[in-house]
Amino acid sequence: MEILYNIFADPFVQMAAAPDFLLQVLWEGFVTGTLYSLIALGFVLIFKASGVFNFAQGIMVVFAALSLVGLYEAGVPAYLALVLALAIMAGLAIGVERLVLRHMVNQPDIILFMATIGLSYFLIGAGELIFGGETKSMITEQLGLPTGSTVLDVAGGIVILQHIDVAAAIIAGLLVAGLAFFFNKTRIGRALRAVADDHQAALSVGISLNQIWAVVWFAAGIVALATGIMWGARSDVSFALQIVALKALPVLILGGFTSIPGAIIGGLIIGMGEKLFEVYWGGLMGGGVEGWFAYVLALIFLLFRPQGLFGEKLIERI
Amino acid sequence: MIYREAGQFKTSYKQDSAIFPILQDRIAIYFYLFVAFIVIPLFGSDFFINSMMIPFLIFALAAIGLNVLTGYTGQISLGTGAFMGVGAYSCYKLVTIFPDTNVVLLVLASGLFSAGIGMIFGLPSLRIKGFYLVVTTLAAQFFLEWAFIRIPWLYNYNDSGAIEVPQREAFGLIVTGPSATPEVRYLVVLSVVVLITWVASNLVHGRIGRSWMMIRDMDIAAELIGVRPLYAKLSAFAVSSYIAGVAGAMMVFFWLGAAEVESFDVNHSFVILFMVILGGLGSLVGSFLGAAFIWMLPIVIRAVPGMTGININASTVEQINFMIIGALIIFFLIIEPHGLARLWAIAKQKLRIWPFPH
Repeated sequence: MEILYNIFADPFVQMAAAPDFLLQVLWEGFVTGTLYSLIALGFVLIFKASGVFNFAQGIMVVFAALSLVGLYEAGVPAYLALVLALAIMAGLAIGVERLVLRHMVNQPDIILFMATIGLSYFLIGAGELIFGGETKSMITEQLGLPTGSTVLDVAGGIVILQHIDVAAAIIAGLLVAGLAFFFNKTRIGRALRAVADDHQAALSVGISLNQIWAVVWFAAGIVALATGIMWGARSDVSFALQIVALKALPVLILGGFTSIPGAIIGGLIIGMGEKLFEVYWGGLMGGGVEGWFAYVLALIFLLFRPQGLFGEKLIERI
Repeated sequence: MIYREAGQFKTSYKQDSAIFPILQDRIAIYFYLFVAFIVIPLFGSDFFINSMMIPFLIFALAAIGLNVLTGYTGQISLGTGAFMGVGAYSCYKLVTIFPDTNVVLLVLASGLFSAGIGMIFGLPSLRIKGFYLVVTTLAAQFFLEWAFIRIPWLYNYNDSGAIEVPQREAFGLIVTGPSATPEVRYLVVLSVVVLITWVASNLVHGRIGRSWMMIRDMDIAAELIGVRPLYAKLSAFAVSSYIAGVAGAMMVFFWLGAAEVESFDVNHSFVILFMVILGGLGSLVGSFLGAAFIWMLPIVIRAVPGMTGININASTVEQINFMIIGALIIFFLIIEPHGLARLWAIAKQKLRIWPFPH
């Protein structure tokens, strides 16, 4: 009975006893979830437009953040460094399209997937070679991002909000709104959706696939840079982020591979869920459960809905 | 000129379905085995055997394991590293519990445990396909990594959290531990690899292998003509994890000598997936070629600056290494998406019709 009590009752008693702490945990989870969502968003953008499962998204985040910090350390003013980092991501997008994707049209998914793993190896090597392998701290203040914290009195206790976290949530929201606008209202956005629906039909009405791919990889690069700045401001810029970026996979499972709102909601569920689980249940299992909780949650989820929360139901024919 | 099957007639079903129907291929296989079993232990330097041949063979075995799952059954897995870990930790426990048993038998037995774990994590594959399955295997990877740290029973409660290989004798020779010579360890590894490759080759050419390939090519159609997905997929997971587990146990017992969780992390899973894809999906020869390519290439690249006299520091070499491997992976995928095994087959075909190309 003891163990049943510990699993099913005690955590909720703790939650009810200290609502301010619960709120704090949820907030932490929310912010982590925003970052997962952003990484997943980069995946979704590329998957929607080209059907490529871009494994290199995680390393693109690191690479973008490293270019920004590296340029700043080389003496470039912060805002100019931001522009230059964007230019680097644009160059990367065009390079990937020219050198990799263009030669791999009509290959099976797994081959394209492997090519992006090759790309991520290349970027790891290039990033370390150019900017050095050591951990760097993000230039938060120089970019004009807030750094302090606010203490709120809620429910008889306090909740501490880091300003950078609030900024991260706002920027993520703006980014998503911007992307939604771009997809729905602009000419290129419509072309992107056409490509996502049907490559051949899009080609037949005169949409250039090559151009679309470069655009969508650049869009993913912008998302990567934003993610890199936010993540770097919370912890540090290092290659360890690459493993964290794998968490975007369970997020995508929950949200479905093609749905932007799905990516956001999936990210928030995973982020909050793993923080809650770690804090209230992790102690029973010796801690450190954050590493696998997301994957196991996704696994259980998949057993009931193999196509994800927002994915379209697959109909298979022979 | 020499590589020609003219005049070799098949007069029985047995000959017709032989794995190496061409005489020259059989001679080549005996030649490779001769080189591997006799020439290399006699003339290879300790460095060559210890840092090139042993890891090459072990990774080739792990690649064969993953190839059974990914290449033959079409289920992508990123959990190979963890399944190797299961093999290594269970072998360590077995050696502790049965100190007097022949360690080679224990290595082979430890694969059974990883086969069991592999089947458990293979269960979702009955409902889940493609990239969704990648996530479930990643769940296996991260969950097992966590378990290797958090369950101290697995490493006998020692303080370092690492497993250290004790000294054991088998067949009257010291085969594990620090005082085992590289030659002995090499021969043990080689024998196990040859044995398992032979078994795997028979499996994939037989009834069970065909059911795997039917599942890979189109699972619904396979189901309609009577392949049971439950048996086919789970047997693929079991065989694959068994081979990976044996490879993991050998990696620790005959190569590293001691291991921590980091030896079985997700990067290992990636490296082995690379070997399988670069070597060729659904090809046993490809597993060896891929392992040789991925394992030997960095060693060669590391040796280049020393030979040419250019002085660059080790970390730079390592980074350039990463870049070259990444670029080469993309390059190979572009020129030949079916891997080195296909290039090998093309070369053989060209050789057969040389010097008249039509």
